[in-house]
Amino acid sequence: MSEYVIETNDLTRYFGSKAAVKQLNLQIPKGGVFAFLGRNGAGKTTTIRMLLGLMEPTRGSATVLGKDCQNLTPADRSRIAYVAEGHFIYGWMKIRELEAFQSSCAANWNRDLFRTVIEHFGLKENMKARSLSRGQRAGVCLALALAPEPELLILDDPTLGLDPVARRSLVEAMLMVTQNRDRTILFSSHQMDDVERVADWIAILDEGELSVCCSPDEFLKRLSRWVLRFSDEVPPVPELPGLVHAMQYPNELHLTIANYNEKTEELLAGLNPKSIEQTNLSLENGVIDYLSGNSRIVSLLQHAGGVL
Amino acid sequence: MNFQINILLGSDVPIYRQIVEQVKHAVAIAALKEGDSLPSIRSLANRLVVNHNTVAKAYNLLVAEGIARSEKGRGLFIATHRNLYSKEELRRRFNESADRFVGDVLMLGFKKSEIIEGIQSRLADVAILKD
Repeated sequence: MSEYVIETNDLTRYFGSKAAVKQLNLQIPKGGVFAFLGRNGAGKTTTIRMLLGLMEPTRGSATVLGKDCQNLTPADRSRIAYVAEGHFIYGWMKIRELEAFQSSCAANWNRDLFRTVIEHFGLKENMKARSLSRGQRAGVCLALALAPEPELLILDDPTLGLDPVARRSLVEAMLMVTQNRDRTILFSSHQMDDVERVADWIAILDEGELSVCCSPDEFLKRLSRWVLRFSDEVPPVPELPGLVHAMQYPNELHLTIANYNEKTEELLAGLNPKSIEQTNLSLENGVIDYLSGNSRIVSLLQHAGGVL
Repeated sequence: MNFQINILLGSDVPIYRQIVEQVKHAVAIAALKEGDSLPSIRSLANRLVVNHNTVAKAYNLLVAEGIARSEKGRGLFIATHRNLYSKEELRRRFNESADRFVGDVLMLGFKKSEIIEGIQSRLADVAILKD
């Protein structure tokens, strides 16, 4: 049996001729919170759907809780909970009915946990699903997902469109789950504040390919940002090993570089800048640099004379 | 004890580092004294709404650096103050910090006498804290 809760081997999915997920090799250890990052359309949802056996891979394979995700049995599925993007629930049911409906298909149902989560989101059992706000619906979905006490919780962009209060409630609920060290959470998100609060690991998916997979600390240790100042015109962005992102400003070149070493230092010095200085980098800016790639080389705010 | 840890998200200082630095600072200005207890990992993680592993990492670092000691089942306590750095390192850190301070206040336009007076009054405040 695999020591990983989720393991993928060259997992690949095409839509027509376009690869949504390319040869993804991911290993998610048991316990802790794994954040799945990437731009819209990077392949996060496609990956999640394949992991749950809701979509067939074009090539490659994946195991979830040690089982091939194409052949998950109902018993396997009862150990996994999934909250889809958008927090869908049947509008005509009351929360109490949603619970009865869902619990009737579950091997295990922790009523107290369900009620605790519902109350945490300020909800009552006789409320009708249709009348709930987006944040309240998120609370119901989360309660329905947590009550079976799953070993693996998969949340697809759970904070999308939530107000700050609902977002905080959701983050607290995620942290509550991880207080049990045997539980694992995989969640995709664009909210870097939330990621910083909860994630033990981050994986960055860029156009279907995995570009980063490590702890947030490791990420920040390996990544550095450098400001090169020039007396006159800024030279074109150089070819550099580990170059993650470049941004040109008048007389300045800002470079974000992975695994900076003596060789990189030499190459930078070869550009003959007036000065080279390392600046600070937050998790959010590091991730944005990774996701920007070749776009955003010149800031929209830097257009000479402006466009507006 | 009038000491609260607060964190800032989106900072270039990771959360566990912020916790370590704040405890160190509190020890330095004697807001935390030897034997004072730190909140449990869980309670601090819950209050800050962060992963308990983040707090655990900060606490491990505080123990490794000799700032705090862990007592099984009882939690974390501020340790006896020991010199953690070599003489050279202490001097280097002093200079670094002094350069930054002097640069800042000169930039603000303070005169030498005002700077000295300001520092002396600050040191007097700390002396009161250290009773």
